[in-house]
Amino acid sequence: MSLMRQRKVLPGFRLTLGFTLLYLGLVVLVPLAAAFARLGGLTWEQFWHAVASPVTLAAYRLSFGASFFAALVNSVFGLLVAWVLVRYDFWGKRLMDALVDLPFALPTAVAGITLAALYSQNGWIGRWLSPFGMKISYTSLGVFVALTFIGLPFVVRTVQPVLEDFDFEIEEAAASLGANRFKTFFRVILPMIFPALLTGFALAFARALGEYGSVVFISSNIPFHTQIVPVLIMSKLEQFDYAGATALAVVMLAVSFALLLAINALQSWSVRHRQQL
Amino acid sequence: MTPAPSIRAVPRRATTEPALVRWLLIAVALVFMALFLVIPLVAVFAQAFSKGIGYYVHTLASPNSLNSIKLTCIAAGISVPLNCIFGIAAAWAIAKFDFFGKNILTTLIDIPFCVSPVIAGFLYVLVFGRRGWLGPWCADHGFQVLFAMPGIVLATMFVTFPFVARELIPLMQSQGRSAEEAARTLGARGWQTFWRVTLPNIKWGLLYGVILCNARAIGEFGAVSVVSGHIEGANTMTLHVEALYDNYDQTGAFAVASVMTLLALMTIGLKEWVERKGTAASTKGIPS
Repeated sequence: MSLMRQRKVLPGFRLTLGFTLLYLGLVVLVPLAAAFARLGGLTWEQFWHAVASPVTLAAYRLSFGASFFAALVNSVFGLLVAWVLVRYDFWGKRLMDALVDLPFALPTAVAGITLAALYSQNGWIGRWLSPFGMKISYTSLGVFVALTFIGLPFVVRTVQPVLEDFDFEIEEAAASLGANRFKTFFRVILPMIFPALLTGFALAFARALGEYGSVVFISSNIPFHTQIVPVLIMSKLEQFDYAGATALAVVMLAVSFALLLAINALQSWSVRHRQQL
Repeated sequence: MTPAPSIRAVPRRATTEPALVRWLLIAVALVFMALFLVIPLVAVFAQAFSKGIGYYVHTLASPNSLNSIKLTCIAAGISVPLNCIFGIAAAWAIAKFDFFGKNILTTLIDIPFCVSPVIAGFLYVLVFGRRGWLGPWCADHGFQVLFAMPGIVLATMFVTFPFVARELIPLMQSQGRSAEEAARTLGARGWQTFWRVTLPNIKWGLLYGVILCNARAIGEFGAVSVVSGHIEGANTMTLHVEALYDNYDQTGAFAVASVMTLLALMTIGLKEWVERKGTAASTKGIPS
């Protein structure tokens, strides 16, 4: 009933939904279907060889490991940056707030060559680390640095609005009941911003997992050592191993979809959590 | 009787930290930001001008550089308006009407965000490759998609697909449909309602989405790298950066990179401006 009434009042339902579905289908769904269709033409051996060979397992380990630690570092420092931006006043705060978005706006290839130059042995940052035997560019640490850069805005931008809306009365209550700041933060504030923090972590992790542009420059991309999964897919494509690339792509797509659903669930949990406050 | 000393012993507000802790936290945050954001930003320009302004101008004025700027503009110039129209249409359908499968549709729109750019490019290789669904047809009609401009445009369209829709859907949902319904009741036609009522309400959100979409379209690297043929003189700006870098012309690569960095800074500036103009509640969402 209600559907009929709305259709009468507002026009354009068929036009906009039709165009939406057509465009979504052509740009996103048909190409995705092509990958799954191509998968059907693979033998089990081909598939298994592509997704579970030792070199692929090493790439998974680096991709998931570096993405996890980069997202973890971003959770800690992202929370700190969001906290400082919301709670404190200092000179240059607005500039800093705006700069947080730099990793979104800067092309990944630019980030890649810049970080590679900075962290190389005679780079501005790398030269201070090389006396201690620490190499970052062209090692797996470089992958971690690039992924940290790429994921930096996610946690800040998910936690920031929650902290901005935070009700001071709750903290006052905690303080008047005898909790010190340390206790108030860990027992009152952190549980309240936790869903947003976890959402930011998941967003940063998902982004890092698929990242290619920045990593390919700062890493030496050597199989078994510094090769991430997207780079491995790229190298299979360059060798015209489309079967192997398809198998690997489908596995990574499945991981991405799972992450997308998890992020959606986290976001709705986060919204509900905030409404309960 | 002793006076309650504990109350006067706490001169600061109970809901903030001691000054020392505050300054320490600010210092740590600033060091982190400097290390990851400010130093790289300065380094781009330092590297770009490391061989002097002459070399900088020479690199940017070369035919390959100018051509790469042109190709990037074409790719963004086609993909951004199309995704903009899509975003408005999708937001209109989703926010103004109720229908079965709405949540599924919203989730499907988000897919390109979570797909690795390399895989995005590869999907188009599968469709338009020699064994793909559309590959043979395109070959028969002399229409080259892969390793040419159409492939680059399609890959850019895929990776920037959700940006405008993602901004507009929650914005238009929060605005509801009463303004449009009122306009219709007062006799406005469909398009009139859209241009006069809806568009003014969503213009800042729309602009915000377009800015993000455009930044990503200009900066996309992985997806266009897969579908492009890496042909000299047929590269976008990011591919041109890679080509220069791989040819050991690091300074040249940074010269082109510095132009893109300026564009990124302009994007951030515009974004701040739009955020301030638009209602704070609707624009400062979760970035993607």
